[in-house]
Formats: sequence, C-alpha cells, structure tokens
Amino acid sequence: MLSSSAPVFSGKHLVSVSDLTADSIQRVIDIAIQLKSSPRPTLLQNKVIASCFFEASTRTRLSFETAVQRLGGSLIGFADAGNTSMGKKGETLSDSIQMISRYADAIIMRHPQEGAARLASEISSVPVINGGDGANQHPTQTLLDLFTIYEARGSLEGVKVAFVGDLKYGRTVHSLAQALALFGAKYYFVAPDALAMPDYIQEELLEAGVQFECVDNLEDVIPLVDILYMTRVQKERFDPTEYMHIASKYVLTAAMLKNAPEHLKVLHPLPRVDEIDVSVDKTPHAFYFQQAENGVYARQALLALTLCPNLDKQLLTSREGGQA
Amino acid sequence: MSIHKLQVEAIQQGTVIDHIPAGNGLKIINRLQLLNSDVRLTVGLNLPSGEMGCKDLIKVDQWRFTQDEAAELALFAPNATINVINDYKVVDKFRMSQPEELNGLFDCPNHNCITHNEPVDTKFYVRNSGADMKLRCHYCERSFSSALFG
Ligand SMILES: [Zn+2]
Repeated sequence: MLSSSAPVFSGKHLVSVSDLTADSIQRVIDIAIQLKSSPRPTLLQNKVIASCFFEASTRTRLSFETAVQRLGGSLIGFADAGNTSMGKKGETLSDSIQMISRYADAIIMRHPQEGAARLASEISSVPVINGGDGANQHPTQTLLDLFTIYEARGSLEGVKVAFVGDLKYGRTVHSLAQALALFGAKYYFVAPDALAMPDYIQEELLEAGVQFECVDNLEDVIPLVDILYMTRVQKERFDPTEYMHIASKYVLTAAMLKNAPEHLKVLHPLPRVDEIDVSVDKTPHAFYFQQAENGVYARQALLALTLCPNLDKQLLTSREGGQA
Repeated sequence: MSIHKLQVEAIQQGTVIDHIPAGNGLKIINRLQLLNSDVRLTVGLNLPSGEMGCKDLIKVDQWRFTQDEAAELALFAPNATINVINDYKVVDKFRMSQPEELNGLFDCPNHNCITHNEPVDTKFYVRNSGADMKLRCHYCERSFSSALFG
C-alpha cells in the first residue's frame, strides 16, 4: 500500500508544519514505529548530513545527531555559529547554505531568526530540515509529539487534548494544535489570561472546524482528556509575586491525577522546571521521557523518508516478509 | 460635467486613480512619493461620489501605470479604478484588483525576520480578513494587518 503512493518527503524540505498533511504525518508515524521496533543501522550509510546550529540548542541537536548516527549516516556541522568562523566572519546565511549544500546530502538547521529555514530551502540544492527558526517553526517537535500521541492511543483521530501553561508564546503548542486539527481533535486550553492561546490561532482552529474550550481549572479537565500537554510558564514574563500565584495554578501533581482516565498520558516538550511535580514521574501517566526518546525515532523516520526514495518499497517488502 | 472634474485639472498624460475609498488617498500619495519623490500629483479628498458617498481621487502626471504598479496600490484601495491618460484621452481603464502576492515592496514588520539580514526580496501573501486585508510573510510566516504597511 505504501509503495503505490507518490513520494511525499523524498528530496524535499521540511520547513513548516503547514508543509505537512494528514497523509504525510501518518507516513512519518508508520516509519517511526517500524524503526523503533526494528532498527536500520545502515540505511543512511554513505550519506553525509550537515547539522548546522546557528544558535545553540543542545537537546534538539543531540536528538537529531543521534537519529543520523542510528541510521549509519555521518555528520558534519557546528553546535553554535557564534564559536565558528561562520558566525565571526559575517558571511550571510545565503552564502553559508550555498556552500554547505555542496558538501552534504541534507542540512539540518537551527537559526535564531524567523524565516531562516524557508530562505535556506530556496537556496539549498539538498533537502533542508528545520530544527527551529526563531519563534516561528519547529516541525520535528510536532512530528515527535504526534508520534507519541499515536503511540499512546493507537490513533490520532478525535483525540482530546488539554494544553496547559504558556499557550501564548509556545510555538510547540501552536504547531501541535494546528497539526492535530487535521485529525478532528478536541482541545481544552488551560492558561492564565496573559498567556492565552492567541486570537489568530483560535481563528485558524475555528476555520478548520476544531472544537475547543478555554478552561480555568486544570483539575476539571483531567477526567475529560486523553493527553495532558504541559508547558513551562517562563518566570521572565511576570513579576515575582504574580509568577508565584500563576505558576502554582498550573502545576501538575500525582494527587491531581486520581480522577484521570487510565489511558491518560502527560506530555511535556522538556525541559520542565516545576510545572510537573516529580511525584508524577512514578505514575503510569508520565510519558514525557518516552516523548523525548520518540524524538529520535521521529527524526530518523523523517531523515529516512527524505533521503531514501526507495524506502516505501523496502518497507513494504520487509512487512510482507514479516507476515509470511 | 460632474462637480469633481471642475476641482482638479485635466492632465495631458499620466494616470487618474479614481474611486479611492475616502481616507485612503493619503496612503497612496505616501506610497507614490516613496516610489518617485519627484512625482507631480493633483489630489482631491472627500469628493462627493454618487455610489460611494465620498471618495478620494489622485491624478498622477506623466506616469502611465502598468497593471503591476496598480496591483501594488490595490492594497490601499481595493476596487479603485485606474484611467490611463494619453493626450487628454483615456487610453486604458481597469479596476484595481487585490494582488495575491506582493514581492519586494515592503520591509517585514517583524524585526527578527531573516529578510532584514539577507539579500532577498520580501514576499507577502494577501488575504482578506473581514473588512481588513492581511499580509502573511512568506519567510517568518507572521500575518500583519495591511494598516501596518500604510
Ligand atoms: Zn517576515
């Protein structure tokens, strides 16, 4: 079945969640599931991947670079452009990408400015994968979130999600809400007024026919949802007393989960500060470390689909082999 | 002869932008002066107009607009009409239509947008949003009210 559909990722860039469709998301999930159960340590043999972090982001970089290594690819690149001649000599991003795309088979990039990955994709002769461009997009975070929700529930259709904490500045939350809209999801937004889901996202969700509600009390929604997506409320956004008051309302403890449905999973893009009490870690609902692990599989799946045009066919064969 | 024609001089050659929603004429003047600081303009503001109640009208001397030039201004005056004049006669007449894209015309209002630091033209997608028009940056993906570009 997979081999009959047109390639979606092969040779293409992934810059924005808006580049994804329900089908392409499902394809990444399918491959991620397969790579998680049966590793393919030679799939990217002889491929050179450039890992270009024009801004430091250790977690994202480690996850991507693990994904490349797990598939047998080799890496070139830098962890922080500020410490390289790339940053110091004042070369434009356009020129850097021109050059790097002549060395590597694909470019993973993170950049502090919005739109950097889109620009790079227009210059590069090889696929560009956006690992975060300023406050704009971080599509592989969304893919790993989607994969994790799929794994927790067996499906994305009609999933009920509560988004908790900073819904205003959290691009992770915006992208995930936009992507899950493709699957008829239902949302509860639990956030202080100052950090509410922005109007333009709410308008988009309405246009997409998504049902959502803004809810005051975190405990009220726990019995209603499949996924509790927690985010960090940043101290810098409030004065200290206000922060204490606000943050305490959006902290999850194990005791609050006593009325949770058995299958409810708690996700968090990490790092957490105190919004998830460590008591939650021991409950069967904690799923955020699996989520981080899944980042490696989701990124492997994306890299594999992007760089191996025959992957669909190979996987189909191996599936048939497995069934025989 | 209608009243407004008495209020502004006829031009020998150039463009008459008519049926501009009253109040938007000044934005167009700003834009035209940015494009050409020597441009000679004759302006009528808040002129009576049967269909619109009130309208603005601008005569642009010696500059015959192309469809593309007109499309750019459509951001400020959707549905205005363009009369291209040669030898005191209207030689071409068309309605401004809202462009789908605007390329290289405005800086992105997002100061952290990559377009400010790189040798690349800005690009915005135009979208209606109620009475307002929104421009979405192709690069940073942010949407801005067209009022920001006035
Ligand atoms: Zn921009």
